[in-house]
Amino acid sequence: MEITTLHYLVVAAALFIIGTVGVLTRRNVVIILMSIELILNAVNLNLVAFSRLYGLHGQVFSIFVITDAAAEAAVGLGILIAFFRNKETVNADEIDLLKF
Amino acid sequence: MLQNFLNYLNQNVTPGQAGAYIWVVIYILIIFAAVSVAVIAMNWLERKILAHMQVRLGPMRVGPHGLLQPFADALKLLLKEDIIPTGADKLVFWMAPVVVVLTAFTTYIVIPFGPTHAVTDMNIGILFMLGVASLGTLGIIMAGWASNSHYPLLGSLRSSAQMVSYEVAMGMAVVSAVLMTSLTGLGVYGIGGTGDTLGTLSMIEIVRAQMNQHVWFAFKFFPLGLLAFGIFAIAMVAETNRAPFDLPEAESELTAGFHTEYSGFRWSLFFLAEYAAMIAVSSIAVTLWLGGWLRPFPHWLGGDTWDTAFSFFPALTFFVLAGLTLRTTMRMPKHPYFKIQKTGLGVFGLLLGAIGLVLLAPPVRDRIQDIYWFTIKVAGFMYMYIWYRGTFPRYRFDQLMKLGWKFMIPAGIGVLIATALAGVL
Amino acid sequence: MNPVATPYFFYGLAAVAVLSAIAVIMRRNPVHSAIALIFTLLSLAGLYLMLYAPFVAGVQIILYVGGIVVLFLFVIMLINIDSMQREYQFNKQWLVALLAAAGLGVLFVAVYVKGQAIFPQHAIRFVEEKNTQQVGKMLYVDYLLPFEIASLLLLVAIVGAVVMAKKRI
Repeated sequence: MEITTLHYLVVAAALFIIGTVGVLTRRNVVIILMSIELILNAVNLNLVAFSRLYGLHGQVFSIFVITDAAAEAAVGLGILIAFFRNKETVNADEIDLLKF
Repeated sequence: MLQNFLNYLNQNVTPGQAGAYIWVVIYILIIFAAVSVAVIAMNWLERKILAHMQVRLGPMRVGPHGLLQPFADALKLLLKEDIIPTGADKLVFWMAPVVVVLTAFTTYIVIPFGPTHAVTDMNIGILFMLGVASLGTLGIIMAGWASNSHYPLLGSLRSSAQMVSYEVAMGMAVVSAVLMTSLTGLGVYGIGGTGDTLGTLSMIEIVRAQMNQHVWFAFKFFPLGLLAFGIFAIAMVAETNRAPFDLPEAESELTAGFHTEYSGFRWSLFFLAEYAAMIAVSSIAVTLWLGGWLRPFPHWLGGDTWDTAFSFFPALTFFVLAGLTLRTTMRMPKHPYFKIQKTGLGVFGLLLGAIGLVLLAPPVRDRIQDIYWFTIKVAGFMYMYIWYRGTFPRYRFDQLMKLGWKFMIPAGIGVLIATALAGVL
Repeated sequence: MNPVATPYFFYGLAAVAVLSAIAVIMRRNPVHSAIALIFTLLSLAGLYLMLYAPFVAGVQIILYVGGIVVLFLFVIMLINIDSMQREYQFNKQWLVALLAAAGLGVLFVAVYVKGQAIFPQHAIRFVEEKNTQQVGKMLYVDYLLPFEIASLLLLVAIVGAVVMAKKRI
């Protein structure tokens, strides 16, 4: 059976749904950040799959998405380390105070 | 089928591009065997050369002049007990050496030993090699963490921090070399060119660009190519965790760092991966700056007579080696206890001479040129690695990180900007 | 060059990607989740290669696997407490997650069924040997402003991350 664009889109949709379930269900903030990376990768797969039909613009945009994902992961983990230094926990439901 | 198989020999592209998959497998097997032989030879050479630099003799007992020492080491490592620390995460503990070896060997897919002697020629050759080299960092982190002990954890975190820092400097130097492929002027200062073309990331095309521009990139734009080459040469030593940047695995500092808890065959996998990675990054340096498979002065000393003169070099090298071996045989003590060693060394010398004779035959002489020059340049780099280990004291870790971030990266960016300016103005 | 055994490679890589993604969100040990994330990202790089996008695949391997996952592993090892693993790892929002998943699923199916008409029939013929050169040209000619803004964004992210993680500002 020939592999069409729809196959790639289904894989991307599956990754997106798994990432969303991960963000909503896990307590550990590091795993939440990893699930966000899964969501961004699903978007990238979509972009690259469509770029095969419409020209190289999809690939260029996906490079920007990867760059932004790197920046966001760095800042997110920086915030997590700063928080961990104050409260000694990485569970999302225990980070619930605006000021200590 | 057989015709299809032999059809590839008439084409002049790499097997990956030609789609001849059986030849791809054959090339991969040849590369694997060659790298294993090279690692064995490096083991012996390192111990002997370090010993001679330190005015001692090195291994002398196992074979004649210690030639069989690597085999004894390999046998010992294979037969050692396989210890897994309690509380270690078994899956990750198993996976770490596998990841490191896989990434070290995957880089050999794109290394060009000749214009068509590569497994394949990817469009993103150099990017692929840098990326797979950065995957090795993951294996080291996994190894340190899975050992469930604080020395390996500290060693692995230090080692991977060092590797990540010097990867950036390597990337800057590589980008400035890739930039030079698109500035198609001729000669050392790139003047009198044919207009600029698009540059390329493919390894074979980079060497072709050096051939077309009549200059090795180490000498292009005179100080800049040499500076980029120097930055890469220092960063690659730090990337492979070798002296003088080997604090994370030095025995006196951290009891062997991230591979403390690995014994027997698993440790030998780390060892194999380290030497394979050394050869791989030296190949990157040779391809990008030293002209890959090109012989010295292909245009300055061009023409048929110079070509044939240079084509005697492979045979000459083997004759010199055979001569040295036979001279050592003559000088061995004349005691009957040394008879086996004398005959062994003599046979080895005669074998080297026979290989030299085979390399004199004209059909072999033409084909072996590219591979020979590439291998000689990489062997030069290996000797420099051993020389560094015997000469320099170790960098302390904060000095190492300061050098990487505060000197190498700004220097790399400066060389890149200067190369771009020199090429455009 | 003609691709070979395409359906096998596609189904294999897609299976590895989806199964590793499930492992990312289900494992208790964060290091195991990070390793499963590595497998997902590497199989996605393989899928990009199948889609004739070698440059994006190379960038994915260097930046994502060699950079971001290394960053994650460093942070996990710096803040890993053993007692963390023995706590209950999932919050009690599985109903919301199920609703979200169902909603997204319905949305995707609707989009794909209704949007069948816009997929062109034939793929564009890419010259594979020039992919990097064409992407580079497009980055510097058509998308120069986003390129510069992305570099500014990275600068801001570097400064922000360093300031957030310092002990005393």
